Amino acid sequence: MSILVDENTRLLVQGITGSEGSFHTRRCIEYGTKVVAGVTPGKGGSSFDSVPVFNTVEQAVRETGANASMIFVPPAFAAEAILEAAEADLTPVACITDGIPTLDMVMVMKYLKGRKTRVIGPNCPGVISPGKCKVGIMPGDVHMPGEVGVASRSGTLTYEAVAQLTELGIGQSTCIGVGGDPIIGTTPVDVLQLFEKDPGTKMVVLIGEIGGVAEQNAAEFIKQMTKPVVAFICGATAPPGRRMGHAGAIITGSSGTAKEKIAALTAAGATVAPSPAEIGVTAKKVLESKA
Amino acid sequence: MKIHEYQAKQVFASYGIPVPKGGVAATPAEAKQIAKDLGDKVVIKAQAYAGGRGKAGGIKTASTPDEAEQLAGQIIGMRLVTHQTSPEGVPVDRVLVEEAAAIERELYLSIIIDSAAGSPVIMASEAGGMDIEEVAAKTPEKIIKAYVDPVTGFQTFLGRRIAYSLNLEPDLIRPATQLVGSLFRAFKEKDCSLVEINPLIVTSDKRLLALDAKMNFDDNGLFRHKDYAELRDPKQEDALELEASEHNISYIKLDGDVGCMVNGAGLAMATMDIIKQMGAEPANFLDVGGGASEEMVAKAFSIMLSDPKVKAALVNIFGGILRCDIVAKGMIAASKQLDIKIPMVVRMRGTNVQEGMQLLADSGLPVILAKDLKEAAEKVVAARKN
Repeated sequence: MSILVDENTRLLVQGITGSEGSFHTRRCIEYGTKVVAGVTPGKGGSSFDSVPVFNTVEQAVRETGANASMIFVPPAFAAEAILEAAEADLTPVACITDGIPTLDMVMVMKYLKGRKTRVIGPNCPGVISPGKCKVGIMPGDVHMPGEVGVASRSGTLTYEAVAQLTELGIGQSTCIGVGGDPIIGTTPVDVLQLFEKDPGTKMVVLIGEIGGVAEQNAAEFIKQMTKPVVAFICGATAPPGRRMGHAGAIITGSSGTAKEKIAALTAAGATVAPSPAEIGVTAKKVLESKA
Repeated sequence: MKIHEYQAKQVFASYGIPVPKGGVAATPAEAKQIAKDLGDKVVIKAQAYAGGRGKAGGIKTASTPDEAEQLAGQIIGMRLVTHQTSPEGVPVDRVLVEEAAAIERELYLSIIIDSAAGSPVIMASEAGGMDIEEVAAKTPEKIIKAYVDPVTGFQTFLGRRIAYSLNLEPDLIRPATQLVGSLFRAFKEKDCSLVEINPLIVTSDKRLLALDAKMNFDDNGLFRHKDYAELRDPKQEDALELEASEHNISYIKLDGDVGCMVNGAGLAMATMDIIKQMGAEPANFLDVGGGASEEMVAKAFSIMLSDPKVKAALVNIFGGILRCDIVAKGMIAASKQLDIKIPMVVRMRGTNVQEGMQLLADSGLPVILAKDLKEAAEKVVAARKN
């Protein structure tokens, strides 16, 4: 089992003909994802490799039965692309685009309330259920099917964590990068809730970072979880008050520090890896102790 | 993106938000002239991207134009060091000279995006003029919050709620409501990540006045506001950081001597963390970004190496959207222009890693290869000692 994406996912790619869109669409197809349609306004009627391209999401869904989307549209148009996918009830919608104005996302999140669509990101690597379906830009070959769920606020640090798990023979049910922007469609807590309910997930690895309160909120939920959680928080050495690439990663007061997050997670019963190089071994120890 | 107080006040004034009379001066003589024109006591305020200016000697009061000239002479040219700046501080090359207001009450007003709520929030407090984070931490009940629905936009009732909650007298309710509305309009139209007035004062003759002004723009919204380029004051930013940001690279200079170039902010922070755990200090945070080109990687690589403190460097790339071969090509291109004397450890994984490693091997660059994060950190810390 897995969450959000699997062998039943019929993926549509918005912005399929751009340089990033086309590169990563090919990687997804190679991985085995059923990419059934692409959308690029003005290029409808053509095809990308063997994937038919449409002018609108509505038409693409009508003709191909697409049920999920991956977005590579440039920042100025990406918020609207999310709305177009949501209007067609696609879910999940993984928005890879980095650089969407925050106020555009405020409007998007308001539109999504009460709708069927779950947005992952923006500014995220996407979601993968190893061996089944890859919807995003993560390198597929570091993953391995299994029973550990991975939820992360980072992109490349997620790959790092997953690679460590795979090297130790620990497979993953689903891995999700929720994105580094101030406003995101799916929070770490949302992902923990999905993993808690998924019978195919035995344990969760949570990768967090400085700034905001997402990990403190996650800690509150971890208290009620039946499944063990292994966590790592990056940014202990980051100087306060500076933006570290992610808009979310700003320490604005005492509530956003690595120290405080680690304390909250530990108090909630999660096992926190002491170093980014020890995420895999920490997960292994916890798995063995529960076996 | 940050701007100066005087620039933020110009924006405020264009939205009808009352600000003190005054002008900006780059020389003591100009400051004297502004003080003379104002014709009364003036306040001279250092213009710098830093809070805590008062305590650092950047804000002074002058009773006469001559005193204004003399005090402006002390402030212009100083390096302002506050809790928000680096130990070297930031340069001050302009002062704002303003009428000294007679203060009856000091209030606080700001607008930010509440990530958890997914909407802008207006915050106000009767405890203005103080460190608001401390107020929020110790006495959260003193902070009034009003969330703005993105569909309906700002509504007058929200402004009234704030105005009444601040216990303003009846004659000030309407102007305060209007002021909050104008501030929200500025926040939205200018794509801000923060607007703050601390303090917003009630003068002794019962007027509202924005005594201070802070306005930060959402970096993701800059493409909609090409005119902001001329508001930027490059002297307030570290030269290397500025050069990096012009190439869309996130670079932050730190105090250590191990340079690092990484893709992705999370992995970059984790790389800094492990360098520290191995007993060394990172010289920088550097995220080359997801969609980096060969040119951007080359630029990032030379920026990292142009910090003279760097004694060893670690390149840690986990290819996803960024391909390892692009990184290798960028490093090779940059090293042709540079005379690299320091040891360099490279760890690569992910998309097109074979191609990347092959390119590095063929280039003859003297790099130390590492198979994983731990080994990379160990090797770079060891190499630094040799």
